[in-house]
Amino acid sequence: MGLFSKLKNGLTKTRAKLGGQIRSIISSHSKISEELYDELEETLITADVGIDSTLAILETLREKVRKVSTNGDPEIIYDLLTDTIDEVMRPAAEEKPLNLGHTPSVILIVGVNGSGKTTTIAKLTYHFLKQNKKVLLAAADTFRAAATEQIVEWGDRLGVQVIQQGHGADPAAVAFDALQSAKARGFDILIVDTAGRLHNKANLMHELEKIYRAMKKQDPEAPHEVFLVLDGTTGQNALQQAKIFQETSGVTGLVITKLDGTAKGGAVIPICRELGIPLRFIGIGEKMEDLEPFDPSAFARALLASDEDSE
Amino acid sequence: MFDQLTERFESFFKKIRGHGKLSEDNIRDSMREVRRILLEADVNFKVVKDFIGRVQEKALGQEVIKSITPGQQVIKIIHDELIVLLGEGQSRLDLSGLPPIPLMIVGLQGSGKTTFCAKLALHLRRKGKFPLLAAADVYRPAAIDQLKQLGKQLDIPVWAPGQANPVQICKDALVEARKTGRDVVLMDTAGRLHIDQEMMDELVKIREAVKPPEILYVADGMGGQDAVKAALEFAAKLDFNGVVLTKMDGDSKGGAALSIRAVTGKPIRFIGNGEKPDALEEFHPDRMASRILGMGDIVTLVEKAQETVDQESAEKLAEKIARQEFTLEDFLDQFKQIKKMGSLDQILGMVPGLGKQLKGMELDEKELKHTEAIILSMTLEERRKPHLINGSRRKRIAIGSGTSVQQVNQLLKQYEQLRGMMKSMGKMKGRRGKMPKIPFPM
Repeated sequence: MGLFSKLKNGLTKTRAKLGGQIRSIISSHSKISEELYDELEETLITADVGIDSTLAILETLREKVRKVSTNGDPEIIYDLLTDTIDEVMRPAAEEKPLNLGHTPSVILIVGVNGSGKTTTIAKLTYHFLKQNKKVLLAAADTFRAAATEQIVEWGDRLGVQVIQQGHGADPAAVAFDALQSAKARGFDILIVDTAGRLHNKANLMHELEKIYRAMKKQDPEAPHEVFLVLDGTTGQNALQQAKIFQETSGVTGLVITKLDGTAKGGAVIPICRELGIPLRFIGIGEKMEDLEPFDPSAFARALLASDEDSE
Repeated sequence: MFDQLTERFESFFKKIRGHGKLSEDNIRDSMREVRRILLEADVNFKVVKDFIGRVQEKALGQEVIKSITPGQQVIKIIHDELIVLLGEGQSRLDLSGLPPIPLMIVGLQGSGKTTFCAKLALHLRRKGKFPLLAAADVYRPAAIDQLKQLGKQLDIPVWAPGQANPVQICKDALVEARKTGRDVVLMDTAGRLHIDQEMMDELVKIREAVKPPEILYVADGMGGQDAVKAALEFAAKLDFNGVVLTKMDGDSKGGAALSIRAVTGKPIRFIGNGEKPDALEEFHPDRMASRILGMGDIVTLVEKAQETVDQESAEKLAEKIARQEFTLEDFLDQFKQIKKMGSLDQILGMVPGLGKQLKGMELDEKELKHTEAIILSMTLEERRKPHLINGSRRKRIAIGSGTSVQQVNQLLKQYEQLRGMMKSMGKMKGRRGKMPKIPFPM
């Protein structure tokens, strides 16, 4: 199965709603009119794209339409909208390719409570194991009850070692130890789990900075990637989360989860657009293999695809 | 909580309040603004549409346009409609029937069910109940461990037999509760997607097996447009009774709260607003409407104070103030009481009109800690007779508390000012014969 169709399958529900919705809006109009734009606006807003980004996307769309259209046929809207979204998502992804060529490459995982960090780590581990990389995990969520147990259990299932110090330990110390051990034993990838924290809690954000600094002491370039895990059902608060996590822990990429429900995850669009943080992976299911590397044009096409589209 | 929503409304109201006259166009423009505010706050698109429709219809009515203060009228309409949206009247947990009463806690993954279970157990125990927690999430790795650890922290028993059938676990939990004299059983179910039929059916089976009078749906307060879809699906399958909103201590605008209530018609029962087990609030729609619109919530504040401040010591303090014997020891006491009530910005957020002024001003909890440290570094005698504290004592106190002499001076000055204020309050007592029950040092 090709990447596009796999991604499309993963985004089936999203697509069924959004792509289908946009198609039917377009086909219900005989010409490009204000009502058509209003309906598109509604569709994008209900996909959590946010009002500012929605208006900006529609503005670009109008310009494109002005340049192209002479007869007012709404059919062109579909491709132009796909292009517009692609253009919003692409620059960040192209400017910042994944930085995982080091031995070890360190990935720090951050996010608010319940966004799906630990599950994402399991999926990322599986993803890298498939590429024959040696992966080590660090249980630096020492705050939430049983968080260490959870990641250790995943480690057992995947046959991967987990560096841990138990509940209440200093997370920076766990990260430091793990990196030391990853260096000494020649691991390719070290993934560091951190406690979920709401981004407006100053103390907890300071703790994150400390983890960041502790790793820098071991390796000035570490962490090579900092992934912000974002719950796909989150609304406009996602942008605020990304902004603050970017300030305090230098987020280099987004992982969006829970897109196997009916949520459309449109909140990543304002994050890419306003903060230039690229989307790296998409979580599209509960199984370990349900994680896809992100490709902007495939994403835009899959997001807006409808049934008659095929590979 | 709802801070940004509040802020937007405040600046919007400021704009329209000034208008001596509102034309139809003005009203339509202002409705566009309200729409934008609500959409940015993640209120569901359809809910916004209905809301705007209703407000606009009323606002375009003759009363508003003819009124001398049309801006105020519009604000009142928005306030009233907001209360309608949030649900009129307070809703209470239904704990009727023969104990042990089963309560089912359901929701999507990561919405905060397990944490809420622990909070609710603590809340119920404070109300004189004997809760039992039942660990029915057999899917997420270590979910059962998490509940066990929380139970241990709070000293509340957890039923976790280590078997794989959630229906059986819940049934057995009731048997266990009967045996051990527990009157409420909180069942922590696994998180699931609303479109996962098999998992949704499992919840229905649990419901049929234990027949709970109350099923609570836990929703993430940061949820977006899709929040209502999941809630509607759970409502259709399970017909839950109440909604719990979690993570409301973030800076989310909380629009999902408005939407879920509006589309399911189910009342919001609780709000989770912190990591600590006691960070749980009962939900009051009218107070919340006022808070969203920046009108403050003094009732919750007073209740919170009554809950945490012990009555006897409050009365003793009132007496002391009346006799002008308020010492630094009492000052320290007051600090501790306030700290028990929650974080400073939470408390201040409830004071009417303060929201705006506090914006951008960082509330420094550290400063409170310094104050505490300074007083703790004084001898008992010094705390009772602060006038004893001379230069060399100040130096000693500063070193002992890790602060500077200036900070010590500042605190003593504040204390003197406060005493001055209290003196006049003491005189007031003589005239009016009434003392406030809950004195605050600020």
